[in-house]
Amino acid sequence: MRKGQYRFVAGFLFAPVALYLIFVIWPYIQTFGYSLTDWQGESQTFNFVGLDNYKALFQDDIFLKAIWHNILFLVFIPVITILLALFFAFMLNAGGRSRAGGVEGVAGSKFYKIIYFFPQVLSLAILAVLFNAIYRSDEGGLLNGVLTKIGLVDSQNPVEWLNEPNLVLWALMLVVVWHGVGFYLVLFSAAMQSIPRDIYEAALIDGAGRSQSFFRITLPLLWDSVQTAWVYLGIVAMDMFVLVSSMTANMGAYGGGPDHDSEVMATVMMRNFLYYGKSGYACAMGVVMLLLTLVLSVVTLRATRRDRIEY
Amino acid sequence: MSAPLKETTPTGGSVPPRPTVGKTPTDPGEGRGEGTVLNVFSHGFLALWGLLIVLPLLWLVLSSFKTDTQIGGSAFGWPQHWSLSVFSRAWDKGIGDYFINTVIVLVFSVPLTMLLGSMAAYVLARYEFWGNRLLYYFFVAGAMFPVFLALVPLFFMVKRLDMLNTYQGLILVYIAYSMPFTVFFMHAFFRTLPTAVYEASVLDGASHTRTFFQVMLPMAKPGLISVGIFNTLGQWNQFILPTVLMQPQKGGDPERYVLTQGLIQLQQQQGYASDLPVLFAGVTIAMIPMLVVYLSFQRQVQAGLTSATLK
Repeated sequence: MRKGQYRFVAGFLFAPVALYLIFVIWPYIQTFGYSLTDWQGESQTFNFVGLDNYKALFQDDIFLKAIWHNILFLVFIPVITILLALFFAFMLNAGGRSRAGGVEGVAGSKFYKIIYFFPQVLSLAILAVLFNAIYRSDEGGLLNGVLTKIGLVDSQNPVEWLNEPNLVLWALMLVVVWHGVGFYLVLFSAAMQSIPRDIYEAALIDGAGRSQSFFRITLPLLWDSVQTAWVYLGIVAMDMFVLVSSMTANMGAYGGGPDHDSEVMATVMMRNFLYYGKSGYACAMGVVMLLLTLVLSVVTLRATRRDRIEY
Repeated sequence: MSAPLKETTPTGGSVPPRPTVGKTPTDPGEGRGEGTVLNVFSHGFLALWGLLIVLPLLWLVLSSFKTDTQIGGSAFGWPQHWSLSVFSRAWDKGIGDYFINTVIVLVFSVPLTMLLGSMAAYVLARYEFWGNRLLYYFFVAGAMFPVFLALVPLFFMVKRLDMLNTYQGLILVYIAYSMPFTVFFMHAFFRTLPTAVYEASVLDGASHTRTFFQVMLPMAKPGLISVGIFNTLGQWNQFILPTVLMQPQKGGDPERYVLTQGLIQLQQQQGYASDLPVLFAGVTIAMIPMLVVYLSFQRQVQAGLTSATLK
C-alpha cells in the first residue's frame, strides 16, 4: 500500500514538474548566467564578461529613460485606478438612499458591474487596436472628433496623442485605467459587501455621515484589497509591453517612440533580444526587471501595512 | 503575489461573494418597488462611466461597416452600406487562420493545464511525503517572477527542442506557465474537500488514481470551472509568449500566428495597404467569443478572476 502510494505520487507529479522545470525554472535560472556573458544568441560561443552588461545598462540612456517611464507608470496607474474604482464601488454600494435610513446600493448595480468588468476579458491586443483608432491624429479619431465637435481642438491641427512626447505616456495610462477600473471595482465591491451591516448601523446611530462612514469604516476594512490591487497594478505598470509596442511609433522595432519618449524596460529588452540579437544584454535587463519587481512588492507591502482588523 | 501564502481557506470557487442578506438590491429593478429614492448623483457618475466603456466599443464595431475614407474623414456618421462582407473579407485576410490557430492551441493547452495542474495540486494537498512543502512553494514561486526574466533562454530552449513556430511548442509553454496559478488555486480547493468521501472510496477498494478521477475531480468541479475560465482567458489573450515563440523561422515556414499576434500584425500592415474596416472587423470577430463566454459565465468570471487576485 505505502509503496503503491509513492508510485502514485511520483506518477502524478512527473509530467507537471518536468514541464515546469524545463520551460519555467530552468530558463529563469539560465537568465542569470547568460546575463554575465556577451552572448549574441545565434552562435553557441560566448565569453564571460562579468558585470559588464550591467555596467553598460546603467549607461544606456534609453534603458534609463525606460526605467523612469516605468516608475511614472508605477506611481500614477495604481493611484488613478484605485481611486476611481473605490469611488465607483462606493457609489454602487452606498449610492442609493433607502427608506430605512441606512446606506443602500443603487438599483441596477449588478448591471453596471457587468458592463464595467467587460474590458477585463478583452486582450490587450484588442485594446491596442481600439485605442489606436480612438487616438487617431485626425478628425477620424474618436477623441479628436469629439474634442473638435465641442470646440476644444482646432480641426486644422488635431492633437497627435501618441506622437507628443508630453502626451504619449498619459495616453497609454488612460488605456490601462479604462481597462482596469472595472476589475478593481468588482473586487472592492465584493469586499465592501462582506462588511457587516451592523457596523454601518452603529455608525449611523452615532451620527456618522456618508463620507465619514466611508473614510472611517469602509476604507480601513478594505485595506487588504487595496493593498492587493496596488501590487497587481504595480506589476502591470512594470510590464506595459503590449500597449507600448503596438501603439507607439517604432524605434526600430517594438514601439517606444517618439524619440524613445514612451520606452519601457520590456520594449527595450525585446528590441535588444529579437532585433539586435544581444541576448546576454537582454538577459541582464530581465534580471533588473525582476529585482525592481521584487523591490516594488516588498516596498508596497511594507509601506501599506496596517494592523489587520478582524470582524 | 505574496498574499497567497496566508491561508488555505476555501477559495470561493465559483461561489460569488454574496452580499449580506438584505444589504443591496442586487437585481435591477428590485429596489424601485421598495420605493427607494434613487440617488441621481451616483447614477449620473455610474452611467457616465458605463457609457465610456460601451460607446468606444460600439463605435469600433460600427466603424467596421464604414469605408476607409469615411473612417479617416470623421469620427461620426453612419455607415452607408450595412454589408457583412467586410467580416468575411477579414476572415480571409488572416483573421480566420489566426482564429483557428488560437483554437487549436487552446483546445489542447487548457484541458491539459487543468489536468496536470490538478494532478500536481491534488497530490501536494492530500499526500504526505518528503519535500511536499518545498515542491509547493517551488510551484507557487513561479507566479512572482516577470515572464521577461525567462524569455531569452526560453526561446533557445524551445529552439533546441525544434519546437519554434509549432503548435505543440506553444501548448507546452502555455501549460508550464499556467502551472503556478493552477496548482496554487486547486491546492487550496482540494484542501477543503471532505476527507470522509475519500476514505469511503478507498475502503471500497478504489485505487488512488481511480479515487482521483472518479471521486475527487468531480467534487472539485466549481474550482475547475473558475480556474478553467481564468486559464482560458489568460491563454487566449496571451501576446508576449507567441510573439517570441511563433515567428516563421525560415522561408517556407508557414505563419502560425495566434489571434492577438495576428491583430497587431494586421494593424502594422495598415501602413502599407490601408484597409481599416478589415482591421476593425477582425477586432469585432475576436471580441465575439469573449463576449459570449463572458455573458454566459458572467458570475463565474467575475468571481473567479477576483478571488484569484485575492489569494
